[in-house]
Amino acid sequence: MNQNLKEQLVILPDYFQGHLTLTLIALSLGILLSIPLGIWAAQSQSVKRPLLAVISIIQTFPSVAILALIVALLGGQIGVLPAVIALVLYSILPIARNTVTGLDSVPSDVMEAAKGIGMSSTQVLVKVKLPLAIPVIIAGIRTAAVWTVGLATLSTLVGATSFGNYIFTGLQTRNLVAVTVGSIAAATMAIVLDALIAGVQWIVENRNKSIEPSKYRLIRNSTAGMLLIFCIGTVYSILPKSEPDFVVGGKGFTEQYVIAGLLAAELKESGFDVEQRLGLGTEIVYSATVNNTVDVYLEYTGTVWANRMKNSHNPGRELVMQGVTEFVEQVDGMVNVGALGFQNLYALAMRKDRALELGIETIEDVIPVAHNLVAAGDLEFFGRPEWITLRDTYDIDFSERLTFDAALMYNALDDRQVDLITAYTSDGRVAAFDLKILEDPRNAFLPYDGILVASHSASKNPTFMRVLKSLIGQISDEEMREANRIVDVDGGSIMDAVAYLQSAID
Amino acid sequence: MIELQNIKKSFDHGRSFVVSDVSLRVERGQLLGLIGESGSGKTTTLKMINRLEELSSGTILVKNENILLQSPVDLRRSIGYVFQGIGLFPHQTVLNNVAAVPLLLDWDRSLTRLRCEEILEMVGLPIKDFGDRYPSQLSGGQQQRVGVARALAAKQEVLLMDEPFGALDPITRADLQDEFKRIQRNLNLTVIMVTHDMTEALFMADQIAVMKDGEILQIGSPKELLNRPDHDYVKKLIEIPRAKAIRLEELMDSK
Ligand SMILES: Nc1ncnc2c1ncn2[C@@H]1O[C@H](COP(=O)(O)OP(=O)(O)OP(=O)(O)O)[C@@H](O)[C@H]1O
Ligand SMILES: [Mg+2]
Repeated sequence: MNQNLKEQLVILPDYFQGHLTLTLIALSLGILLSIPLGIWAAQSQSVKRPLLAVISIIQTFPSVAILALIVALLGGQIGVLPAVIALVLYSILPIARNTVTGLDSVPSDVMEAAKGIGMSSTQVLVKVKLPLAIPVIIAGIRTAAVWTVGLATLSTLVGATSFGNYIFTGLQTRNLVAVTVGSIAAATMAIVLDALIAGVQWIVENRNKSIEPSKYRLIRNSTAGMLLIFCIGTVYSILPKSEPDFVVGGKGFTEQYVIAGLLAAELKESGFDVEQRLGLGTEIVYSATVNNTVDVYLEYTGTVWANRMKNSHNPGRELVMQGVTEFVEQVDGMVNVGALGFQNLYALAMRKDRALELGIETIEDVIPVAHNLVAAGDLEFFGRPEWITLRDTYDIDFSERLTFDAALMYNALDDRQVDLITAYTSDGRVAAFDLKILEDPRNAFLPYDGILVASHSASKNPTFMRVLKSLIGQISDEEMREANRIVDVDGGSIMDAVAYLQSAID
Repeated sequence: MIELQNIKKSFDHGRSFVVSDVSLRVERGQLLGLIGESGSGKTTTLKMINRLEELSSGTILVKNENILLQSPVDLRRSIGYVFQGIGLFPHQTVLNNVAAVPLLLDWDRSLTRLRCEEILEMVGLPIKDFGDRYPSQLSGGQQQRVGVARALAAKQEVLLMDEPFGALDPITRADLQDEFKRIQRNLNLTVIMVTHDMTEALFMADQIAVMKDGEILQIGSPKELLNRPDHDYVKKLIEIPRAKAIRLEELMDSK
């Protein structure tokens, strides 16, 4: 079997367990919450309209935004809790709406008869309305189940393990096998769960009816089989797991995966049980470390300086480092273990031939021709203070400013769709595409030293700190760029890049 | 046994009355036929008796008790009701539909079953053939008979029937009318039966009330109505069966 595929399948049980746990918890809570909500809404028009409107509005919020909001509301807590809350919110609409529809669609003559023979309103609900609404309610639960399994992949972004780990890691590291395994796994779980609910419903509805015995047996047995698999999965997923000694966090790009892999590998060598939570948003991983949910991750001085501390001036590399350390330690109670050595700096990059053609060496040379150039930034650049500083320092603006996913941005430059991009200095693709990095004589770009930020609680452990300190100052710009290139350009695995860095350090 | 005193019903806060000033009295063991054109307020009158609709004014006594002094749920359980729309529970078997009221009254299970068996037999749907079927597996007439069985199952003494035999073929209908009349006499049931069919009313009722536009035009025994109709509308109504009878005789003579 393909080595890559084998590597992916080894982690399948873990991801399956994470995904199933999220789905089952969220779906159960969703059902427990939504059916009573639907029953309540169906009682009166004055409740129904506003309630369904509110639920529908929640549904229109982008799921990633909901996740980020929930993490913020929980004071930076990441993991299963915010993921489950978001999934439950999304499951309410289909279940509650179908409950209302189901209850409303009970024929009026049946309702009248139920009342007319002397049922109390509770008896009408329990004995007549709910049983008649059940097929519609179950249809809603099936919709919710499929949505939940699908949306659960996004839980990865808030640090809950799911099949999304395959997908996000795979997308960032160009590992299509991982993306495919993750997608197929999620789709299979959705289909099986849907079929399972349908099967249970069918059996319940037909148990007293005269159905051909062989057909009945077939459906009953296959449903029982699926149920068994789910029960095993559920039992497996609720078995107490050993808490890891430390959690290594990371944002969602290659360098972060590689350094997290390196940290995990080094900590494991010292005998610690380590869990990785990768693909987290910048804000999320920072708050999680403040919170001691994450114990260590790779941060950049410029990020903290600009995003957290809201600074827009650039006093130079040393002063930024000093300011960031003070902020991280005194305001947020974490520890700046130190700089690894490399910088992941914003810079402007061009194709070498295009730069030559225009006679461009430094950003100053861009000024006279900027109005003819198309610039592309990654998803956040033009929203960052760096852009304002760059614009003001050099007094330039471009004829067009486009925003791209980082991976697509390099291709766009290579295809000459854009003239100039905002690259990261440590990016492996700078070397791979043979790009020219423009010098920054006026120091417009903030320094981005890669530092290890450790949580307050973990920093109390001397062995842990010793392992981290042994890495300080050990990784140069070239080495980091090479490690990134191994993954991004050569299609190697994260472990390949980690192995390279370990050999470079020794 | 059932007494309506000057009852009125308005659905629009008194601007118009769907039932206006109806008074009538049904003695124990009597069957009152309520007849009248569509929209004349027959169903509304029945519904007010078991409080599916609340009175706008007037007084209703059932078994000499003011219905407003009883809980609606208890009142309804004590009155058998055959609904115009039948209203069987689609998710329950024939047996469970019929057993609905006895079960609401916490009857013993085996007693309930015996009673359902008896009553289903009476309406011509033997439990062994029909007990386990669902309403969707019955013809319209069979459903109607289940509706009648449901209304009788808890041995109610008072029965309200809204066009109970409408969907039946003439022969089944005649059989069931006879059968029902026999049951009603034997059990001494007090019944108000809404019908569109004057022949049915004439044959089955002890008293007939003719309704039009929410009012009772005339009330009396079949004989009184036939001999002394005191409204054109009543006259027209009883002309129909009479004309039919004459026409039939002519047909037979002419052969
Ligand atoms: N809930 C309601 N709201 C408003 N108007 C109603 C309501 N129920 C009945 N009505 C009106 O009251 C009038 C009498 O209705 P009812 O059902 O009592 O007639 P009916 O004599 O039973 O007619 P049919 O023979 O067609 O069954 C009709 O004009 C009807 O439109
Ligand atoms: Mg009617």
